[in-house]
Amino acid sequence: MNQLAIKELLYKIADDQLILGHRNSEWTGVGPTLEEDIAFSSMAQDKVGQSLAFYKLLHNMGENDPDTVAFMRNAEQFHNCQLVELPSGEYDFSLIRHFLFDFAESARFRRLSESSVKDIADVANKLKGEIKYHTMHANIWIKKLGNATDESIERLQSALNYAFPYALGIFEKSPFETDLIENGVFVGEAQLQEEWLEEVQNVINQTQLILPTVTDEEIKYGGRIGKHTNHLQPLLTEMSEVFKIDPTAEW
Amino acid sequence: MYGGGNSFEHLDLDRSLENEDPQLLAEFEARIARGEKIEPSDWMPALYRKQLIRMIEQHAHSEIIGALPEGTWITRAPGFKRKMALMAKVQDEVGHAQLLYAAAETLGKPREKMIEDLINGKSKYSNIFNYPAYTWADSTVISWLVDAGAIVNQLANSKGSYGPYCRALDRICAEEAFHLKYGHHSVIHLSTGSAKQREMVQAALNRWWTPLMHFFGPPDKMSTHTEILTRWKVKMSTNDENRQQFLDMYVPKIWDLGLTIPDPNLKKNETTEKWEYTEPDWEEFKRVINGDGPCNKERLAVRRRAEERGAWVRKAIMKPVEKPVTPLA
Ligand SMILES: [Fe+2]
Ligand SMILES: [Fe+2]
Repeated sequence: MNQLAIKELLYKIADDQLILGHRNSEWTGVGPTLEEDIAFSSMAQDKVGQSLAFYKLLHNMGENDPDTVAFMRNAEQFHNCQLVELPSGEYDFSLIRHFLFDFAESARFRRLSESSVKDIADVANKLKGEIKYHTMHANIWIKKLGNATDESIERLQSALNYAFPYALGIFEKSPFETDLIENGVFVGEAQLQEEWLEEVQNVINQTQLILPTVTDEEIKYGGRIGKHTNHLQPLLTEMSEVFKIDPTAEW
Repeated sequence: MYGGGNSFEHLDLDRSLENEDPQLLAEFEARIARGEKIEPSDWMPALYRKQLIRMIEQHAHSEIIGALPEGTWITRAPGFKRKMALMAKVQDEVGHAQLLYAAAETLGKPREKMIEDLINGKSKYSNIFNYPAYTWADSTVISWLVDAGAIVNQLANSKGSYGPYCRALDRICAEEAFHLKYGHHSVIHLSTGSAKQREMVQAALNRWWTPLMHFFGPPDKMSTHTEILTRWKVKMSTNDENRQQFLDMYVPKIWDLGLTIPDPNLKKNETTEKWEYTEPDWEEFKRVINGDGPCNKERLAVRRRAEERGAWVRKAIMKPVEKPVTPLA
Protein backbone atom coordinates (compact mmCIF):
# COMPACT_ATOMS: atom_id res chain seq x y z
CA MET A 1 0.00 0.00 0.00
CA ASN A 2 1.15 3.50 -0.89
CA GLN A 3 2.44 5.09 2.35
CA LEU A 4 2.01 8.58 0.94
CA ALA A 5 -1.70 7.95 0.49
CA ILE A 6 -2.10 6.90 4.10
CA LYS A 7 -0.06 9.83 5.34
CA GLU A 8 -2.15 12.23 3.33
CA LEU A 9 -5.29 10.76 4.86
CA LEU A 10 -3.91 11.04 8.39
CA TYR A 11 -2.63 14.56 7.91
CA LYS A 12 -5.95 15.93 6.81
CA ILE A 13 -7.75 14.36 9.76
CA ALA A 14 -5.17 15.55 12.27
CA ASP A 15 -4.92 19.05 10.83
CA ASP A 16 -8.71 19.46 10.79
CA GLN A 17 -8.87 18.52 14.44
CA LEU A 18 -5.98 20.65 15.58
CA ILE A 19 -7.23 23.77 13.84
CA LEU A 20 -10.86 23.35 14.88
CA GLY A 21 -9.81 22.51 18.43
CA HIS A 22 -7.76 25.68 18.47
CA ARG A 23 -10.69 27.72 17.18
CA ASN A 24 -13.14 26.20 19.67
CA SER A 25 -10.76 26.97 22.52
CA GLU A 26 -11.11 30.66 21.70
CA TRP A 27 -14.49 30.56 23.44
CA THR A 28 -12.88 29.84 26.81
CA GLY A 29 -14.00 32.47 29.30
CA VAL A 30 -16.27 34.31 26.86
CA GLY A 31 -18.98 31.77 25.95
CA PRO A 32 -22.66 32.73 25.78
CA THR A 33 -23.37 30.83 29.02
CA LEU A 34 -20.97 29.28 31.51
CA GLU A 35 -22.26 25.85 30.49
CA GLU A 36 -21.48 26.42 26.80
CA ASP A 37 -18.13 27.93 27.68
CA ILE A 38 -17.29 24.66 29.41
CA ALA A 39 -18.77 22.52 26.61
CA PHE A 40 -16.75 24.24 23.89
CA SER A 41 -13.62 23.84 25.94
CA SER A 42 -14.29 20.11 26.37
CA MET A 43 -14.76 19.70 22.65
CA ALA A 44 -11.63 21.73 21.97
CA GLN A 45 -9.64 19.49 24.31
CA ASP A 46 -11.00 16.36 22.65
CA LYS A 47 -10.14 17.68 19.19
CA VAL A 48 -6.60 18.65 20.06
CA GLY A 49 -6.10 15.38 21.93
CA GLN A 50 -7.41 13.42 18.96
CA SER A 51 -5.16 15.28 16.55
CA LEU A 52 -2.24 14.27 18.74
CA ALA A 53 -3.24 10.61 18.37
CA PHE A 54 -3.07 10.94 14.59
CA TYR A 55 0.20 12.90 14.62
CA LYS A 56 1.62 10.07 16.70
CA LEU A 57 0.59 7.55 14.05
CA LEU A 58 2.33 9.76 11.50
CA HIS A 59 5.41 9.95 13.69
CA ASN A 60 5.47 6.13 13.78
CA MET A 61 5.47 6.25 9.98
CA GLY A 62 8.60 8.39 9.97
CA GLU A 63 7.17 11.92 10.10
CA ASN A 64 8.47 14.51 12.56
CA ASP A 65 7.39 14.48 16.19
CA PRO A 66 3.91 15.91 16.90
CA ASP A 67 5.09 19.21 18.41
CA THR A 68 7.33 19.99 15.46
CA VAL A 69 4.64 19.00 12.97
CA ALA A 70 1.96 21.06 14.68
CA PHE A 71 3.95 24.13 15.65
CA MET A 72 6.56 24.52 12.91
CA ARG A 73 4.69 24.17 9.61
CA ASN A 74 3.41 27.06 7.49
CA ALA A 75 -0.13 27.36 6.17
CA GLU A 76 0.69 25.80 2.77
CA GLN A 77 1.87 22.69 4.59
CA PHE A 78 -1.46 22.18 6.34
CA HIS A 79 -4.07 19.81 4.88
CA ASN A 80 -7.12 20.95 6.82
CA CYS A 81 -10.30 21.97 5.04
CA GLN A 82 -10.99 25.70 4.95
CA LEU A 83 -14.09 25.38 7.12
CA VAL A 84 -12.09 24.81 10.30
CA GLU A 85 -9.72 27.74 9.82
CA LEU A 86 -12.42 30.41 9.46
CA PRO A 87 -12.55 32.80 12.42
CA SER A 88 -14.85 31.66 15.24
CA GLY A 89 -17.09 34.66 14.66
CA GLU A 90 -20.21 34.73 16.74
CA TYR A 91 -21.68 31.74 18.54
CA ASP A 92 -24.13 31.11 15.66
CA PHE A 93 -21.29 30.40 13.25
CA SER A 94 -19.24 28.42 15.77
CA LEU A 95 -22.25 26.24 16.54
CA ILE A 96 -23.13 25.64 12.88
CA ARG A 97 -19.51 24.80 12.08
CA HIS A 98 -19.35 22.40 15.02
CA PHE A 99 -22.57 20.76 13.83
CA LEU A 100 -21.49 20.40 10.18
CA PHE A 101 -17.96 19.33 10.95
CA ASP A 102 -18.63 16.91 13.77
CA PHE A 103 -21.25 14.99 11.81
CA ALA A 104 -18.68 14.61 9.02
CA GLU A 105 -16.05 13.50 11.46
CA SER A 106 -18.36 11.04 13.12
CA ALA A 107 -19.13 9.48 9.73
CA ARG A 108 -15.42 9.43 8.92
CA PHE A 109 -14.46 7.63 12.15
CA ARG A 110 -17.30 5.17 11.75
CA ARG A 111 -15.97 4.26 8.32
CA LEU A 112 -12.30 4.34 9.33
CA SER A 113 -13.00 1.92 12.16
CA GLU A 114 -13.50 -0.65 9.36
CA SER A 115 -10.18 0.27 7.73
CA SER A 116 -7.82 -2.42 6.45
CA VAL A 117 -5.00 -0.56 8.20
CA LYS A 118 -5.22 -1.86 11.74
CA ASP A 119 -3.58 1.12 13.50
CA ILE A 120 -6.04 3.49 11.88
CA ALA A 121 -9.02 1.26 12.63
CA ASP A 122 -7.99 1.05 16.29
CA VAL A 123 -7.67 4.80 16.76
CA ALA A 124 -10.90 5.47 14.84
CA ASN A 125 -12.73 2.94 16.95
CA LYS A 126 -11.65 4.65 20.12
CA LEU A 127 -12.48 8.16 18.90
CA LYS A 128 -15.88 7.12 17.56
CA GLY A 129 -17.08 6.99 21.15
CA GLU A 130 -15.78 10.47 21.99
CA ILE A 131 -17.26 12.13 18.93
CA LYS A 132 -20.71 10.76 19.79
CA TYR A 133 -20.99 13.33 22.56
CA HIS A 134 -20.05 16.12 20.20
CA THR A 135 -22.76 15.26 17.69
CA MET A 136 -25.26 14.88 20.54
CA HIS A 137 -24.32 18.33 21.77
CA ALA A 138 -24.65 19.84 18.29
CA ASN A 139 -27.98 18.11 17.82
CA ILE A 140 -29.51 19.49 21.00
CA TRP A 141 -28.39 23.05 20.30
CA ILE A 142 -29.30 23.13 16.62
CA LYS A 143 -32.77 21.86 17.42
CA LYS A 144 -33.15 24.26 20.30
CA LEU A 145 -31.91 27.43 18.62
CA GLY A 146 -33.26 26.43 15.21
CA ASN A 147 -36.77 26.49 16.67
CA ALA A 148 -36.58 29.27 19.27
CA THR A 149 -36.77 32.97 18.46
CA ASP A 150 -36.88 34.80 15.13
CA GLU A 151 -33.43 36.10 15.88
CA SER A 152 -31.92 32.71 16.70
CA ILE A 153 -33.45 31.13 13.59
CA GLU A 154 -32.27 33.94 11.35
CA ARG A 155 -28.79 33.89 12.82
CA LEU A 156 -28.44 30.13 12.40
CA GLN A 157 -29.79 30.28 8.86
CA SER A 158 -27.32 32.91 7.73
CA ALA A 159 -24.45 31.09 9.45
CA LEU A 160 -25.57 27.91 7.68
CA ASN A 161 -25.71 29.67 4.31
CA TYR A 162 -22.19 30.95 4.82
CA ALA A 163 -20.71 27.73 6.21
CA PHE A 164 -22.30 25.16 3.92
CA PRO A 165 -20.07 25.65 0.81
CA TYR A 166 -17.07 25.35 3.15
CA ALA A 167 -18.54 22.24 4.79
CA LEU A 168 -18.83 20.56 1.40
CA GLY A 169 -15.12 21.31 1.03
CA ILE A 170 -14.46 18.80 3.82
CA PHE A 171 -15.00 16.10 1.19
CA GLU A 172 -12.35 17.27 -1.25
CA LYS A 173 -10.90 14.16 -2.88
CA SER A 174 -7.39 13.05 -2.16
CA PRO A 175 -4.99 12.58 -5.08
CA PHE A 176 -4.82 8.97 -3.87
CA GLU A 177 -8.58 8.44 -3.61
CA THR A 178 -8.88 5.30 -5.79
CA ASP A 179 -5.82 3.80 -4.18
CA LEU A 180 -7.34 4.21 -0.72
CA ILE A 181 -10.71 2.84 -1.72
CA GLU A 182 -9.32 -0.14 -3.63
CA ASN A 183 -7.10 -1.14 -0.74
CA GLY A 184 -9.94 -0.92 1.76
CA VAL A 185 -8.23 1.82 3.76
CA PHE A 186 -11.16 4.14 3.46
CA VAL A 187 -14.55 4.20 1.80
CA GLY A 188 -13.79 7.48 0.00
CA GLU A 189 -14.96 11.07 0.26
CA ALA A 190 -17.93 10.80 -2.12
CA GLN A 191 -19.52 7.99 -0.10
CA LEU A 192 -18.76 9.84 3.13
CA GLN A 193 -20.41 13.02 1.87
CA GLU A 194 -23.55 11.11 1.00
CA GLU A 195 -23.82 9.57 4.48
CA TRP A 196 -23.10 12.93 6.08
CA LEU A 197 -25.67 14.79 4.03
CA GLU A 198 -28.38 12.38 5.05
CA GLU A 199 -27.66 12.84 8.75
CA VAL A 200 -27.34 16.61 8.51
CA GLN A 201 -30.55 16.88 6.50
CA ASN A 202 -32.33 14.76 9.09
CA VAL A 203 -31.43 17.17 11.91
CA ILE A 204 -32.17 20.27 9.83
CA ASN A 205 -35.62 18.84 9.02
CA GLN A 206 -36.44 19.03 12.71
CA THR A 207 -35.81 22.77 12.75
CA GLN A 208 -37.06 25.80 10.91
CA LEU A 209 -33.82 25.98 8.96
CA ILE A 210 -33.26 25.16 5.30
CA LEU A 211 -30.17 23.53 3.87
CA PRO A 212 -28.94 25.85 1.11
CA THR A 213 -28.39 24.61 -2.44
CA VAL A 214 -24.80 24.94 -3.52
CA THR A 215 -23.42 24.57 -7.03
CA ASP A 216 -20.20 22.63 -7.59
CA GLU A 217 -18.34 25.84 -8.42
CA GLU A 218 -19.30 27.35 -5.10
CA ILE A 219 -17.78 24.58 -3.00
CA LYS A 220 -14.68 25.73 -1.14
CA TYR A 221 -12.03 23.21 -2.13
CA GLY A 222 -8.30 23.67 -1.83
CA GLY A 223 -7.56 23.16 1.84
CA ARG A 224 -6.49 19.56 1.33
CA ILE A 225 -3.73 20.65 -1.05
CA GLY A 226 -2.52 23.55 1.04
CA LYS A 227 -4.62 26.33 -0.46
CA HIS A 228 -6.08 28.24 2.42
CA THR A 229 -8.00 31.37 3.23
CA ASN A 230 -5.91 34.18 4.66
CA HIS A 231 -7.15 33.26 8.14
CA LEU A 232 -4.94 30.22 8.60
CA GLN A 233 -1.47 31.76 8.68
CA PRO A 234 -2.30 34.30 11.43
CA LEU A 235 -3.76 31.45 13.49
CA LEU A 236 -0.56 29.42 13.07
CA THR A 237 1.63 32.42 13.82
CA GLU A 238 -0.27 32.97 17.05
CA MET A 239 -0.21 29.27 17.95
CA SER A 240 3.55 29.00 17.56
CA GLU A 241 4.49 32.41 18.98
CA VAL A 242 5.95 31.01 22.20
CA PHE A 243 7.14 27.68 20.79
CA LYS A 244 9.24 29.46 18.19
CA ILE A 245 11.07 31.57 20.78
CA ASP A 246 13.15 28.44 21.15
CA PRO A 247 11.90 25.34 19.27
CA THR A 248 14.62 23.18 20.85
CA ALA A 249 13.72 24.19 24.40
CA GLU A 250 11.46 22.23 26.69
CA TRP A 251 8.50 24.30 27.70
CA MET B 1 -9.13 31.63 42.53
CA TYR B 2 -9.88 34.10 45.20
CA GLY B 3 -8.07 36.62 47.30
CA GLY B 4 -9.05 38.02 50.67
CA GLY B 5 -9.13 41.48 51.95
CA ASN B 6 -11.99 43.09 50.13
CA SER B 7 -14.95 41.08 51.27
CA PHE B 8 -16.23 42.52 54.47
CA GLU B 9 -16.51 46.26 54.16
CA HIS B 10 -19.41 48.27 55.54
CA LEU B 11 -20.30 46.17 58.56
CA ASP B 12 -22.93 47.88 60.62
CA LEU B 13 -23.21 45.28 63.32
CA ASP B 14 -25.38 47.00 65.90
CA ARG B 15 -28.08 47.94 63.46
CA SER B 16 -27.91 44.70 61.51
CA LEU B 17 -28.72 42.45 64.41
CA GLU B 18 -31.35 44.50 66.24
CA ASN B 19 -34.21 43.03 64.21
CA GLU B 20 -33.21 39.42 64.73
CA ASP B 21 -35.10 37.14 67.09
CA PRO B 22 -32.65 36.65 70.00
CA GLN B 23 -33.68 33.05 70.57
CA LEU B 24 -33.28 32.04 66.92
CA LEU B 25 -29.99 33.86 66.83
CA ALA B 26 -28.75 32.01 69.90
CA GLU B 27 -29.76 28.64 68.41
CA PHE B 28 -28.07 29.54 65.14
CA GLU B 29 -24.84 30.45 66.89
CA ALA B 30 -24.97 27.31 69.02
CA ARG B 31 -25.28 25.15 65.89
CA ILE B 32 -22.24 26.79 64.35
CA ALA B 33 -20.29 26.43 67.57
CA ARG B 34 -21.08 22.70 67.53
CA GLY B 35 -19.59 22.53 64.03
CA GLU B 36 -22.90 21.99 62.22
CA LYS B 37 -23.37 23.27 58.69
CA ILE B 38 -26.07 25.78 57.85
CA GLU B 39 -28.20 24.75 54.87
CA PRO B 40 -30.21 26.98 52.46
CA SER B 41 -33.61 26.35 54.10
CA ASP B 42 -32.31 26.88 57.66
CA TRP B 43 -32.96 30.07 59.58
CA MET B 44 -30.08 32.53 59.37
CA PRO B 45 -29.58 36.18 60.32
CA ALA B 46 -29.95 38.63 57.44
CA LEU B 47 -26.39 39.80 58.00
CA TYR B 48 -25.06 36.26 57.62
CA ARG B 49 -26.94 35.85 54.36
CA LYS B 50 -25.74 39.20 53.07
CA GLN B 51 -22.09 38.66 53.88
CA LEU B 52 -22.10 35.15 52.43
CA ILE B 53 -23.69 36.30 49.19
CA ARG B 54 -21.08 39.01 48.97
CA MET B 55 -18.22 36.63 49.64
CA ILE B 56 -19.34 33.75 47.40
CA GLU B 57 -20.31 36.11 44.62
CA GLN B 58 -16.91 37.80 44.72
CA HIS B 59 -15.29 34.41 44.66
CA ALA B 60 -17.37 33.37 41.61
CA HIS B 61 -16.50 36.62 39.81
CA SER B 62 -12.83 36.02 40.57
CA GLU B 63 -13.02 32.64 38.85
CA ILE B 64 -14.66 33.94 35.70
CA ILE B 65 -12.49 37.06 35.47
CA GLY B 66 -9.48 34.96 36.51
CA ALA B 67 -10.03 32.84 33.40
CA LEU B 68 -9.15 35.84 31.22
CA PRO B 69 -5.44 36.56 31.82
CA GLU B 70 -4.49 32.88 31.42
CA GLY B 71 -7.16 32.24 28.81
CA THR B 72 -5.41 34.51 26.34
CA TRP B 73 -2.41 32.15 26.46
CA ILE B 74 -4.34 29.02 25.45
CA THR B 75 -3.96 29.82 21.76
CA ARG B 76 -0.25 30.44 22.25
CA ALA B 77 0.72 27.64 24.64
CA PRO B 78 3.97 26.02 23.45
CA GLY B 79 3.48 22.38 22.53
CA PHE B 80 0.67 19.85 22.87
CA LYS B 81 1.25 19.08 26.53
CA ARG B 82 0.94 22.68 27.69
CA LYS B 83 -1.83 23.52 25.27
CA MET B 84 -4.05 20.71 26.52
CA ALA B 85 -3.24 21.24 30.18
CA LEU B 86 -3.90 24.98 30.02
CA MET B 87 -7.21 24.44 28.23
CA ALA B 88 -8.28 22.04 30.96
CA LYS B 89 -7.04 24.35 33.69
CA VAL B 90 -8.89 27.43 32.50
CA GLN B 91 -11.98 25.34 31.83
CA ASP B 92 -11.86 24.28 35.47
CA GLU B 93 -11.85 27.93 36.53
CA VAL B 94 -15.01 28.57 34.51
CA GLY B 95 -16.46 25.46 36.14
CA HIS B 96 -15.57 26.91 39.54
CA ALA B 97 -17.51 30.04 38.68
CA GLN B 98 -20.48 27.89 37.73
CA LEU B 99 -20.33 25.97 41.03
CA LEU B 100 -19.97 29.13 43.08
CA TYR B 101 -22.74 31.06 41.37
CA ALA B 102 -24.96 28.05 42.09
CA ALA B 103 -23.88 28.11 45.76
CA ALA B 104 -24.63 31.84 46.00
CA GLU B 105 -27.99 31.34 44.31
CA THR B 106 -29.08 29.13 47.22
CA LEU B 107 -29.01 32.32 49.28
CA GLY B 108 -31.47 34.05 46.98
CA LYS B 109 -29.52 36.06 44.44
CA PRO B 110 -29.88 34.89 40.80
CA ARG B 111 -26.80 34.36 38.63
CA GLU B 112 -27.97 36.96 36.10
CA LYS B 113 -28.16 39.59 38.82
CA MET B 114 -24.71 38.73 40.09
CA ILE B 115 -23.19 38.98 36.62
CA GLU B 116 -25.00 42.25 36.08
CA ASP B 117 -23.46 43.61 39.29
CA LEU B 118 -20.04 42.43 38.16
CA ILE B 119 -20.33 44.18 34.82
CA ASN B 120 -21.65 47.38 36.37
CA GLY B 121 -18.73 47.42 38.77
CA LYS B 122 -21.05 47.08 41.78
CA SER B 123 -19.43 43.93 43.01
CA LYS B 124 -15.74 43.17 43.21
CA TYR B 125 -13.44 40.34 42.24
CA SER B 126 -9.93 39.48 43.24
CA ASN B 127 -7.65 42.40 42.65
CA ILE B 128 -4.86 40.31 41.20
CA PHE B 129 -6.66 39.78 37.90
CA ASN B 130 -6.40 43.47 37.16
CA TYR B 131 -2.76 42.91 36.26
CA PRO B 132 -1.66 41.87 32.77
CA ALA B 133 -0.06 38.57 31.74
CA TYR B 134 2.57 39.94 29.34
CA THR B 135 4.36 36.72 28.46
CA TRP B 136 3.91 32.97 28.59
CA ALA B 137 5.95 33.03 31.79
CA ASP B 138 3.36 35.27 33.44
CA SER B 139 0.71 32.67 32.71
CA THR B 140 2.83 29.97 34.36
CA VAL B 141 3.49 32.12 37.43
CA ILE B 142 -0.26 32.72 37.70
CA SER B 143 -1.03 29.01 37.41
CA TRP B 144 1.46 28.17 40.10
CA LEU B 145 1.52 30.99 42.62
CA VAL B 146 -1.84 32.70 42.23
CA ASP B 147 -3.49 29.31 42.41
CA ALA B 148 -1.31 28.47 45.41
CA GLY B 149 -2.57 31.60 47.14
CA ALA B 150 -6.12 30.74 46.20
CA ILE B 151 -5.75 27.28 47.68
CA VAL B 152 -4.64 28.74 51.01
CA ASN B 153 -7.80 30.86 51.12
CA GLN B 154 -10.10 28.19 49.78
CA LEU B 155 -8.92 25.45 52.11
CA ALA B 156 -9.54 27.74 55.08
CA ASN B 157 -12.98 28.72 53.80
CA SER B 158 -13.96 25.11 53.12
CA LYS B 159 -14.11 24.62 56.90
CA GLY B 160 -16.71 27.38 57.18
CA SER B 161 -20.32 27.11 58.29
CA TYR B 162 -22.37 27.38 55.09
CA GLY B 163 -22.93 23.90 53.66
CA PRO B 164 -23.29 24.63 49.92
CA TYR B 165 -20.19 26.87 49.90
CA CYS B 166 -18.11 24.28 51.78
CA ARG B 167 -19.12 21.50 49.42
CA ALA B 168 -18.37 23.63 46.36
CA LEU B 169 -14.95 24.44 47.84
CA ASP B 170 -14.16 20.78 48.49
CA ARG B 171 -14.64 20.05 44.80
CA ILE B 172 -12.75 23.16 43.78
CA CYS B 173 -9.77 22.36 46.00
CA ALA B 174 -9.45 18.90 44.47
CA GLU B 175 -9.09 20.51 41.03
CA GLU B 176 -6.76 23.21 42.29
CA ALA B 177 -4.26 20.52 43.24
CA PHE B 178 -3.93 19.74 39.52
CA HIS B 179 -3.55 23.46 38.68
CA LEU B 180 -0.78 23.81 41.19
CA LYS B 181 1.08 20.84 39.77
CA TYR B 182 0.67 22.09 36.22
CA GLY B 183 1.84 25.59 37.18
CA HIS B 184 4.78 24.31 39.20
CA HIS B 185 5.94 22.03 36.35
CA SER B 186 5.71 24.86 33.85
CA VAL B 187 7.72 27.19 36.08
CA ILE B 188 10.31 24.46 36.72
CA HIS B 189 10.79 24.00 32.98
CA LEU B 190 11.33 27.71 32.48
CA SER B 191 13.61 28.24 35.44
CA THR B 192 15.81 25.27 34.55
CA GLY B 193 15.66 25.98 30.82
CA SER B 194 17.54 28.23 28.43
CA ALA B 195 18.87 31.65 29.42
CA LYS B 196 15.95 33.24 27.60
CA GLN B 197 13.44 31.10 29.49
CA ARG B 198 15.04 31.86 32.85
CA GLU B 199 14.98 35.55 32.06
CA MET B 200 11.29 35.34 31.12
CA VAL B 201 10.25 33.60 34.32
CA GLN B 202 12.31 35.86 36.59
CA ALA B 203 10.78 38.93 34.95
CA ALA B 204 7.32 37.46 35.43
CA LEU B 205 7.98 36.73 39.10
CA ASN B 206 9.19 40.31 39.57
CA ARG B 207 5.94 41.60 38.08
CA TRP B 208 3.68 39.31 40.11
CA TRP B 209 5.29 39.55 43.53
CA THR B 210 3.52 42.71 44.68
CA PRO B 211 0.11 41.56 43.39
CA LEU B 212 0.72 38.25 45.19
CA MET B 213 1.44 40.02 48.46
CA HIS B 214 -1.67 42.13 47.90
CA PHE B 215 -3.67 39.00 47.11
CA PHE B 216 -4.30 38.17 50.78
CA GLY B 217 -5.58 41.63 51.58
CA PRO B 218 -4.34 44.44 53.84
CA PRO B 219 -2.52 43.62 57.11
CA ASP B 220 -4.82 42.66 59.97
CA LYS B 221 -3.98 45.85 61.83
CA MET B 222 -5.40 47.85 58.90
CA SER B 223 -8.51 45.73 58.39
CA THR B 224 -11.99 46.29 59.74
CA HIS B 225 -12.69 43.98 62.64
CA THR B 226 -14.76 40.97 61.86
CA GLU B 227 -15.21 39.06 65.15
CA ILE B 228 -18.80 38.23 64.45
CA LEU B 229 -17.96 36.84 61.03
CA THR B 230 -15.27 34.73 62.62
CA ARG B 231 -17.73 33.47 65.24
CA TRP B 232 -20.20 32.63 62.48
CA LYS B 233 -17.45 30.85 60.56
CA VAL B 234 -17.82 33.06 57.54
CA LYS B 235 -14.29 34.38 57.79
CA MET B 236 -12.05 31.47 58.68
CA SER B 237 -8.59 33.02 58.85
CA THR B 238 -7.06 36.45 58.80
CA ASN B 239 -5.27 38.08 55.89
CA ASP B 240 -1.93 37.92 57.70
CA GLU B 241 -2.39 34.26 58.63
CA ASN B 242 -3.06 33.39 55.00
CA ARG B 243 -0.13 35.45 53.76
CA GLN B 244 2.21 33.85 56.29
CA GLN B 245 1.08 30.39 55.31
CA PHE B 246 1.63 31.15 51.64
CA LEU B 247 5.14 32.50 52.28
CA ASP B 248 5.96 29.52 54.45
CA MET B 249 4.92 27.03 51.80
CA TYR B 250 6.16 28.71 48.63
CA VAL B 251 9.14 30.97 49.31
CA PRO B 252 11.45 27.96 49.83
CA LYS B 253 10.12 26.35 46.65
CA ILE B 254 10.74 29.56 44.66
CA TRP B 255 14.26 29.85 46.05
CA ASP B 256 14.88 26.17 45.22
CA LEU B 257 14.42 27.01 41.56
CA GLY B 258 17.17 29.62 41.73
CA LEU B 259 14.71 32.47 41.29
CA THR B 260 15.09 35.76 43.13
CA ILE B 261 12.14 37.21 44.99
CA PRO B 262 12.17 40.99 44.49
CA ASP B 263 12.17 41.88 48.18
CA PRO B 264 15.58 42.19 49.86
CA ASN B 265 13.92 42.24 53.28
CA LEU B 266 12.13 38.95 52.88
CA LYS B 267 13.30 36.46 55.51
CA LYS B 268 11.93 34.19 58.14
CA ASN B 269 12.47 35.41 61.69
CA GLU B 270 13.67 32.29 63.47
CA THR B 271 12.51 33.52 66.89
CA THR B 272 8.95 34.52 65.96
CA GLU B 273 8.79 31.93 63.16
CA LYS B 274 7.09 34.61 61.09
CA TRP B 275 8.11 35.92 57.71
CA GLU B 276 9.28 39.48 57.57
CA TYR B 277 8.91 41.45 54.36
CA THR B 278 8.63 44.91 52.93
CA GLU B 279 5.01 46.03 53.11
CA PRO B 280 3.70 46.20 49.55
CA ASP B 281 2.24 49.52 48.50
CA TRP B 282 -1.24 49.44 50.03
CA GLU B 283 -2.16 52.70 48.33
CA GLU B 284 -1.70 50.95 45.01
CA PHE B 285 -3.91 48.12 46.28
CA LYS B 286 -6.68 50.59 47.12
CA ARG B 287 -6.33 52.34 43.80
CA VAL B 288 -6.58 49.10 41.86
CA ILE B 289 -9.53 47.82 43.91
CA ASN B 290 -11.33 51.05 43.22
CA GLY B 291 -11.00 50.57 39.50
CA ASP B 292 -7.75 52.21 38.59
CA GLY B 293 -5.52 49.22 37.91
CA PRO B 294 -3.73 48.39 34.67
CA CYS B 295 -6.48 46.05 33.41
CA ASN B 296 -9.72 46.79 35.33
CA LYS B 297 -11.39 48.42 32.38
CA GLU B 298 -10.23 45.79 29.92
CA ARG B 299 -11.35 42.86 32.09
CA LEU B 300 -14.83 44.27 32.61
CA ALA B 301 -15.09 45.26 28.96
CA VAL B 302 -14.29 41.70 27.87
CA ARG B 303 -16.87 40.31 30.29
CA ARG B 304 -19.48 42.86 29.23
CA ARG B 305 -18.86 42.12 25.57
CA ALA B 306 -19.21 38.37 26.19
CA GLU B 307 -22.55 38.96 27.92
CA GLU B 308 -23.78 41.13 25.06
CA ARG B 309 -22.67 38.68 22.38
CA GLY B 310 -24.35 35.79 24.18
CA ALA B 311 -27.61 37.59 24.99
CA TRP B 312 -29.50 36.20 21.99
CA VAL B 313 -28.52 32.65 22.96
CA ARG B 314 -29.70 33.03 26.54
CA LYS B 315 -32.93 34.61 25.33
CA ALA B 316 -33.52 31.76 22.88
CA ILE B 317 -32.96 29.00 25.42
CA MET B 318 -35.36 30.62 27.87
CA LYS B 319 -38.06 30.22 25.27
CA PRO B 320 -39.81 26.84 25.35
CA VAL B 321 -39.76 24.96 22.05
CA GLU B 322 -43.16 25.34 20.43
CA LYS B 323 -44.74 22.06 19.50
CA PRO B 324 -46.54 22.24 16.16
CA VAL B 325 -50.27 22.27 16.80
CA THR B 326 -51.94 19.25 15.26
CA PRO B 327 -55.42 20.02 14.05
CA LEU B 328 -58.08 17.94 15.75
CA ALA B 329 -59.96 17.34 12.57
FE1 LIG C 1 -10.39 28.21 40.64
FE1 LIG D 1 -7.18 27.25 39.81
